[in-house]
Order: sequence, then C-alpha cells, then structure tokens
Amino acid sequence: MNITQYIFWFLSFLALLSALMVVFSKNPVYSVLYLIITFFAIAGHYVLMSAQFLAAVHIIVYAGAIMVLFLYTIMMLNLNKETEPQKKTYIQIIAIVALGLLMVTMIGSIKGAEAAQPIADAAGIGTVEKLGDVLFNKFLLPFEVSSILFLSAMVGAVYLSKKNLQ
Amino acid sequence: MQEVISGIPLVNYIYISAALFGIGALGVMVRRNAIVLFMCIELMLNAVNLLLVAFSSYLGDTSGQVFVFFIMAVAAAEVAVGLAILIMIYRNANTTDTEVLNQLKW
Repeated sequence: MNITQYIFWFLSFLALLSALMVVFSKNPVYSVLYLIITFFAIAGHYVLMSAQFLAAVHIIVYAGAIMVLFLYTIMMLNLNKETEPQKKTYIQIIAIVALGLLMVTMIGSIKGAEAAQPIADAAGIGTVEKLGDVLFNKFLLPFEVSSILFLSAMVGAVYLSKKNLQ
Repeated sequence: MQEVISGIPLVNYIYISAALFGIGALGVMVRRNAIVLFMCIELMLNAVNLLLVAFSSYLGDTSGQVFVFFIMAVAAAEVAVGLAILIMIYRNANTTDTEVLNQLKW
C-alpha cells in the first residue's frame, strides 16, 4: 500500500462515519457539523482524483454557502433541541431492512460489471483551463440557462419567506 | 497524479458512493425532522457527484465534471427554495415534524 491508498481509505472511512453520524445524531446542529466533515472528505476525494477545481468549488458551495443556510434556518426556527420525537421502532426496523435490500441490489449489480481501464492521458482533465474550455464551448447554453434558474430560485425564495403573502 | 488512479480500482469508488447513497436514503426513511431530511438528500446528491467525478477521471472525459458543476448549481438553488418553503411551513404549522404534516397522506 502506498501513501495515496492510505489517504483514500482514511477519507472513505471519515466520509462514511460522519455520514452515519449525520443520520443518527439527535441534535440538528450536530448533524450539520458532521455533514461539513463529510463534505471535506469528499473534497479530499476530488483532489485525489485530480479534480482540483471541483474540490475548490465543492468546499465554497457546500461548506461555505449551503451549510450556512442550514445553520441559519436552524437558528431562526430554534430547532436545536436534544429530545426530538423519533419514528416508531418497527418503522426504523423496516427502514434498515429496506436499506439492506437496496445495498444488496446495488452491490449485486456492480459484481458482474467489468472494471474500466484507466485512460493513459487522463491526468490534468480537472484543471481550470480544461473545464473552462468545455464549459464555455460545449455547455455554453446550459451554463446560461442555469443563471435563469438561479434568478428564479432567488425570486422564489424571497417571495416565499415574506411574512404576508397577500 | 496518474499513479493515484492506477493504485485504486474504480470499483472502490462505486462501493463508497453506493454506501453514501444508502446512508442518505436511510436518513430520509428514519428521521422526522424536515431539515435533517434535507441534509440526507444532500448526502445522496454528493454520492452521485462522487461517482460522476470518479468515472470522469478514470475515463478521461471532462463532461462528467461539468455535470457535477451543474448538479452543484441545482443543489444550491434547491436548498435555498426548500428552506424558504420550510420556514413558511413552520410559520403556518409551527413544526417541521414530517409526521404532523400529513394532510396529503392517503
């Protein structure tokens, strides 16, 4: 095992463990903090796969913007209670059984698949130059349309949060 | 960076993405707080993003990473609108418990 494999297993373990803690911690504020750890581990995976630009964007968008939105909403709604009503026990057991079935289905479908061989000249496709070249040539129209999506999302969010809708 | 890709088989990334997606789905099924449900949906989106980046790196195709870029944009818009809806629900129903918000339940 070389150093990158150690980093890979460490990041994977960190991501899965903190994802489990997101689901099972009682306080929503702790869920948000564990989710930030998960996002940083996934950003580390992106760096490992030489997608440096996406790693930076991932940290800025998720750990910077989305998590602040979550924390701000929890603060405004005052939801940081330790005791939150849980689902019934039989529903939790059914959910875990359903998760097991889902995992069996996914892993079973992966088992027979043939492993893809890495392309020799794949290094350096995650740089800003390569991504920008593709984004502003091949995907120019979706890029512009996404700005309209953001505009409509902004108008919708402001309109929905107004006190008196009428 | 090339020895990273050859040192770790692609199937490892598939298993980790599947596990992350499963944990997110479990959270949606188990939890009752709507904000935590949103976080679990973010977990599932991130699992798919990780898989897309892995395939894009292993196959040497930039389009996968551009897709991840767009998924991040849509996720940000979705969270903004979703949390606004959640605040409005909290104002009307005074709770974010999904067991209480069952007026559309058959």
